[in-house]
Amino acid sequence: MALDKITSITGTAVHLPGADIDTDRIIPARYLKCVTFDDLADKHFHDVRYDPEGNATGHPLDDPRFKGASIMLSGPNFGCGSSREHAPQAIYRSGFRAIIAESFAEIFFGNSTTLGMPCLSASREDIDALGAVIGNAPATEVTIDLEAMEVTCGETRFAITMPGSARHALTAGRWDPIQELLDNEGQITAAGEALPYV
Amino acid sequence: MGKTLYQKVWDAHTVGTLGDGRTQLFIGTHLIHEVTSPQAFGMIRDLGLQVKYPHRTFATVDHIVPTVDQDAPADPLAAEMMDALRRNADDFGVTYFDLGSGKQGIVHVVGPEQGITQPGTTIACGDSHTATHGAFGAIAFGIGTTQVRDVLATQTIAMESLKVRLIKVDGPLKPGVYAKDVALDIIRRLGANGGIGYAYEYGGSTFDNFSMEERMTVCNMSIEGGARCGYVNPDEKTFAFLKGRPYAPGEDEWDAAIERWQSFASDPDADYDDLIEIDAADIEPTVTWGISPDQGISISETIPDPAEAGSEALRASYREALDYMQLPGGTPIKGVKIDVAFIGSCTNGRLRDFREAARFLKGHRVAPGVKAIAVPGSQITAVQCEQEGLDRIFEEAGFEWRAAGCSMCLAMNPDKLVGDQVCASSSNRNFKGRQGSPIGRTLLMSPVMVCAAAVKGEVADAREVFEVDGSDSAVA
Ligand code: SF4
Repeated sequence: MALDKITSITGTAVHLPGADIDTDRIIPARYLKCVTFDDLADKHFHDVRYDPEGNATGHPLDDPRFKGASIMLSGPNFGCGSSREHAPQAIYRSGFRAIIAESFAEIFFGNSTTLGMPCLSASREDIDALGAVIGNAPATEVTIDLEAMEVTCGETRFAITMPGSARHALTAGRWDPIQELLDNEGQITAAGEALPYV
Repeated sequence: MGKTLYQKVWDAHTVGTLGDGRTQLFIGTHLIHEVTSPQAFGMIRDLGLQVKYPHRTFATVDHIVPTVDQDAPADPLAAEMMDALRRNADDFGVTYFDLGSGKQGIVHVVGPEQGITQPGTTIACGDSHTATHGAFGAIAFGIGTTQVRDVLATQTIAMESLKVRLIKVDGPLKPGVYAKDVALDIIRRLGANGGIGYAYEYGGSTFDNFSMEERMTVCNMSIEGGARCGYVNPDEKTFAFLKGRPYAPGEDEWDAAIERWQSFASDPDADYDDLIEIDAADIEPTVTWGISPDQGISISETIPDPAEAGSEALRASYREALDYMQLPGGTPIKGVKIDVAFIGSCTNGRLRDFREAARFLKGHRVAPGVKAIAVPGSQITAVQCEQEGLDRIFEEAGFEWRAAGCSMCLAMNPDKLVGDQVCASSSNRNFKGRQGSPIGRTLLMSPVMVCAAAVKGEVADAREVFEVDGSDSAVA
């Protein structure tokens, strides 16, 4: 299974400020009633984008200026809560290819990496500054460089971080580990045999 | 320098190092449920793979099960999910505790109940509350669906090792203070993201004295504090709990199992990356007021006033929470009106939870206008409660006594909040919309505090409502 090497992402961005944005908010539980991920596009953040009567609330995701954005900006502890992969799947299937936030909950981070959607951490100041730039000029392209580990957007430029193994997995085209896991069949069997309870 | 249980289990289950530097970790026990597994089975079918260790894979159905009548026709999507799990378990030879088995329930209640959850093992499940199983000295964590695929196909996942933080709680809890309060207090102190990158080891005399159920309550909520897993070292209580359970080692293997299990406990001179010490006497009955589990206060405190927040960021998050909750900052949490009371979930849906709640509820009535439901975590729990007559105590008090499932912990079955109802809940998450209405409001608290709120129709101090004076020292 040859995977793309993900070394940079370029696109427009949308800023969703706030701390502890949880996976229930990213994809409400009722959308988990499915046996495939196929229908999750555009369900992301549904209940904050629409009021209970179904009227749009004027959320940034529905602001025509940010239509087509492929990079999401947010605050600390993004993706906390449930392990539902439906959350990054919904974001990915809605056109996003990277998320920059102050920090990420681990399960969400891992799920996103395995999808080939990098989650990059940056300081609040840098994210807010980038948010201000795209707020004023939403069409400005943002580039995330996973080799230099920096973000550029016009004159704005700042460093981003990500654990080395995830970065390596993305840039080397190993973000979905299944083939490598399968290749180690012999070692797996040996490990299982060494465990008395297995 | 000694090792922690985490390190010992990690080392024993390491298969090798992957090209990107992550560890390929052997998963001893794989638990699955209907929500996060169908796509994973779809993926292994597409790849033409099999389940590598079907005998180490156990399935049950919990999130979507109706609790008024488990056999009532489910809605078409729920029925499709149940059928998919049944078919997948069948096709791949996986043990399935189905509705008709008498053993169905919330996956984190079923694992320990069946003796599947054992010390010194790795456990994974496509569910963030897998941390619950750490109460037995297992390293247990939630995974995503693509990783469920990995475990099905290879019994391993790619994972980066965690740091270990020892959280030591010492001394007796005050009367009316429970394991749930310990969990909410830890999260309040360390924040909803305080545990990122850590496994939590819970120790100290408070945990030593806790029952297995209480340990499970705290380990369960490790994830609400950002930690991927939490555990307690195995001891005599752990072994006594497991003895005789269907999947626990039998008589002839028992002594060897105990010896092995004990060998995994953290060494006295183990090295921790961080240490937090808490005096149990400082913990009060705790209630959340906001939309993140770390937004909790003791029952006697006032809801924070955004004007007094220490930073602009904190002010903004208080405002967002209070707007959503429709609560005024600076006012007491006590007295906030509730519409619904819910006792259940993988945090507080076990026999001891219902026993303790019933002990106080007996002879009281749910306030008019409050809908109160008690939902056992498993079919076995339901039977145990019914044998003790607990169901009747709940019903006589005005609670509905339901069948096993996740129920109102999340919005995937018919049990949901309506509109902006306020729910006093023994579950684990107070996120926006968590309980099924996009504007529903959740206040997390212990089951006994839920009973007090149900009886008063508003958030109340259970110690006052039920005249807890400590003479009859509460157990749970
Ligand atoms: S009871 Fe709640 S938290 Fe636990 S498994 Fe069910 S939905 Fe998840």
